[in-house]
Amino acid sequence: MTPTTTTGTTTGTPAGTPATGPAAAATTVWTPVCATDRLGRERGVAALVGGRAVAVFRTYDDEWFALDNHCPFARASVLARGIVGTRGDVPFVASPMLKQPFGLRDGVCLDDPDVRVATYPVRVVDGVVEVGTVAGPPPETQGVAAP
Amino acid sequence: MSPTTEGRRPRIVVVGHGMVGHRFVAAAIERGLTETHDVVVYGAEPRAAYDRVALTSFFEVGAEALSFLPGAAYDDPRVALHLGTEVVGLDRATRTLALSDGGTTTYDELVLATGAAPFVPPVPGKDLDGCFVYRTIEDLEAIRDAVAPRPDGARRRGIVIGGGLLGLEAANALHQLGAETHVVEMAPRLMPVQLDEVGGATLVRHVEKLGLTVHCGVASTEVLDDGTGRVAGLGLRDAEPIAADVVVFSAGIRPRDALARAAELEVAPRGGVLVDEQLRSVTDPHVWAIGECAAPAGVMYGLVAPGYAMAEIVVDTLLGGTAGAFTGADMSTKLKLLGVDVASFGDAFATTPDALELVFADAVAGLYKKLVVGPAGPAEDGTPREDAYVLLGGVLVGDASAYGLLRPMVASGMLLPDNPEELILPESRGALQLGLPDEAVVCSCNNVSKRDLLDAVDVDGEHACADLATVKTCTSAGTTCGSCVPTVKGIIEDYFASVGKEVDRSLCEHFALTRQELFDVVAVHGYRTFTEVVEAHGTGRGCDICKPTVASVLASQFNGHVLEGETGALQDTNDAYLANIQRNGTYSVVPRIPGGEITPEKLIVIGEVARDFGLYTKITGGQRIDLFGARMEELPAIWTRLVDAGFESGHAYGKSLRTVKSCVGSTWCRYGVQDSVQLAIDLELRYRGLRSPHKLKGGVSGCARECAEARGKDFGVIATEKGWNLYVGGNGGATPRHAELLVGDVDTPTLLRYLDRFLMYYIRTADRLQRTAAWVESLDGGLERVREVVVDDALGLGSELEAAMERHVETYADEWRATLEDPEKLSRFVSFVNAPGTPDPAITFTTERGQIRPVLAGDPAPAAVDLGATIPVGAPR
Repeated sequence: MTPTTTTGTTTGTPAGTPATGPAAAATTVWTPVCATDRLGRERGVAALVGGRAVAVFRTYDDEWFALDNHCPFARASVLARGIVGTRGDVPFVASPMLKQPFGLRDGVCLDDPDVRVATYPVRVVDGVVEVGTVAGPPPETQGVAAP
Repeated sequence: MSPTTEGRRPRIVVVGHGMVGHRFVAAAIERGLTETHDVVVYGAEPRAAYDRVALTSFFEVGAEALSFLPGAAYDDPRVALHLGTEVVGLDRATRTLALSDGGTTTYDELVLATGAAPFVPPVPGKDLDGCFVYRTIEDLEAIRDAVAPRPDGARRRGIVIGGGLLGLEAANALHQLGAETHVVEMAPRLMPVQLDEVGGATLVRHVEKLGLTVHCGVASTEVLDDGTGRVAGLGLRDAEPIAADVVVFSAGIRPRDALARAAELEVAPRGGVLVDEQLRSVTDPHVWAIGECAAPAGVMYGLVAPGYAMAEIVVDTLLGGTAGAFTGADMSTKLKLLGVDVASFGDAFATTPDALELVFADAVAGLYKKLVVGPAGPAEDGTPREDAYVLLGGVLVGDASAYGLLRPMVASGMLLPDNPEELILPESRGALQLGLPDEAVVCSCNNVSKRDLLDAVDVDGEHACADLATVKTCTSAGTTCGSCVPTVKGIIEDYFASVGKEVDRSLCEHFALTRQELFDVVAVHGYRTFTEVVEAHGTGRGCDICKPTVASVLASQFNGHVLEGETGALQDTNDAYLANIQRNGTYSVVPRIPGGEITPEKLIVIGEVARDFGLYTKITGGQRIDLFGARMEELPAIWTRLVDAGFESGHAYGKSLRTVKSCVGSTWCRYGVQDSVQLAIDLELRYRGLRSPHKLKGGVSGCARECAEARGKDFGVIATEKGWNLYVGGNGGATPRHAELLVGDVDTPTLLRYLDRFLMYYIRTADRLQRTAAWVESLDGGLERVREVVVDDALGLGSELEAAMERHVETYADEWRATLEDPEKLSRFVSFVNAPGTPDPAITFTTERGQIRPVLAGDPAPAAVDLGATIPVGAPR
């Protein structure tokens, strides 16, 4: 149940390879956040990564994902506390505030594709969960609900 | 009517405050008649109008529950109600009334609603001690005293003279009071007006099975005297006398028209004030008569529905309307007598020429169903129709479930199918497949046609109703007597099926089951985890709908800690952190304060905790204190202080019992009749932590003043002189509902038993997030069904439900104390898993009125408020 090698899944980015997009060329910084057994299946936990609040999730089949912890609908830092489930084959977290579902793979709101929260790569190294960030400006959250 | 006197509001005097008199006043208020008129009501009885139709339930539910006007006053200053005051004289020339208290009063318009009096046949001995009539609560109380068991415990014997509708009601009352009961009917069968011979005989078998003795075709000759002026029995023609302690006359009613006769208003040959179609006396245009004292076209109507219709027509006419006219009433009847369904409608005796009868009878099961059919007239284009029949009427005894379908068919004139007997065969869905015509009136109480129902559910409509409950709310169908609810349900389900819309009751995409089915699945298989349930009965890995539902079902059945193992991942954030999340991601904390009673020491602890953690405090509606603004990682420290001071979780975060609110009760209040605080504490401690489909609230009031607002709760208890009245199914919120009386005047152990059963029955069968009010509404039979299951134990589930509650009470543990004692559970209360000492920088506060308030990212800065300096005071002089 607890992977001990670096075969853990990332958000579409194989462990250790650079993230895609404009920042792909920059160096990914991996921040260890906790031991794998610190987080039960289908749960989330908040971590401080590069000064940002990041929600780290573990699915039932031991995939790991990380989203920005900030819910753009609620304008509060709460996504790690949502219920983790599936819609079809898509793993998602429901915001604990008003229940909007966000896909764990891409951060897109399943009910409103114009809204997306930032995602981060995750890897597991020797039983330790690490979240990747790149130097430069933080990844953007899109479609933030107006106050 | 326009005002009749300059400078003065015209005055309507209503004589009689029974069901119809009350309806008149209620309609006058509702439709604005009291905006231009004063209304004065005189009632001869000492109490305000009550539900005489349900008189037999008096012993079960008490006088208060039967009352239409519990405070005996209308909420309209233009209406004056004088009870215990009889109008004894009428001078039409001066429009003056003489009152039994010696006073007089005048009227501009006089509405007679004096009702009817029981008819006592002129037999010798009819005035002996022990003779009664059956009409008022006072009659019923006198009968109760007279049939109290003898000193040696032996049962009293009672005889009811009259085997009609009212006679059987009276017999039911005697039987309920424990008397050995006989029914004597002169006609050859029971309910001779409504039932034919076989129907009557079927009813006799039902009634005798209950232990009553029925004597039909027997005439009473005299009431026998025991030599001291008391009843000894009843003498019969050509039969042995029957010994008895009590004789109740219930052989029909006569209009109370003495006042009208004395004032020389014309009355019908068989009694009742003769009135036109607007219910106006044919003698005097300023006198009106409604209800049983009226005789429109010479006919007196002894049912309440026509009386209500008359009341509405008079209000309409006095408002200047011209549309209202009373032209007769549907005398169809459906009722439950002594637990037996009986219905009679249309031409029940096949008096129409060429009428034929179709009969289904099952003597063993006690069923008798008869349809009266007749040849259909020519088609619309004039062509004669062969072998085509329409329904004319019918009789149903033992099972009247088809009544809701059949009665509208009579009026609609729809052609019967080739095999009309299927309409009355058991287990038949009857005319649903046949398709009632659109204009058929399905709900006769509220005049709702099938077309109205279809309009309500039309899928293309903008505000289409999606289920039975919304259809009922939006059309009023089935909200009065409820007999048409199965038909309404069938019609809308057929409609949804016909347009290919499935009535989907699945919980979510992961479970094609309802919450109730999930509950049963868990109970039968004994699952303890979501994984077991979803792998065996669902798909995928669940969502924010089914996971908390399964968690609640597991908690209701096994009462384990909500954060134990995998269960913790199923909970909504409130349950997951045992606190209520607020808009900025902080939580509020509500310690339990049972019944709202708290010592100064505990109050001080709450204040100290709030001060030390910088929390915003507010008093809740449930008589406790809410502490806002706690960061998630602070919750354990806050609760450590609270638990040490003797507090426990208030479950404000859970779909579970919240509070049982109480008034101060008989300990302090000069009006209180019972100790409401003690009962509220006992109830709150009994049901604390009980997980349920939705939140549950309770209330206990120490007297009828109802200061605890208990009827606005899921369960409300109101003290009476004799014990407690239990109300169920109330709530506040967006759709406020008053709880309705389930049972009256019970002692505390009985109250607990019924409440245990009620709550467990709700937990087992309600839908997710369905409050008790909506749940009661959704049951076939509504509150009556709840009463059958909870009070009468019709399903035999009583002891099982009680045992389930007993298990809950025994296994209850404070979940905050248990959390503080378990490092594993505590480990989740951290701001950041890799920086537990760093508070979330996104959470910030400002202050307002001396306390904190949350600031969200993007919130505008609060505007400066500086009242005093900017108030204009005018130019200096």
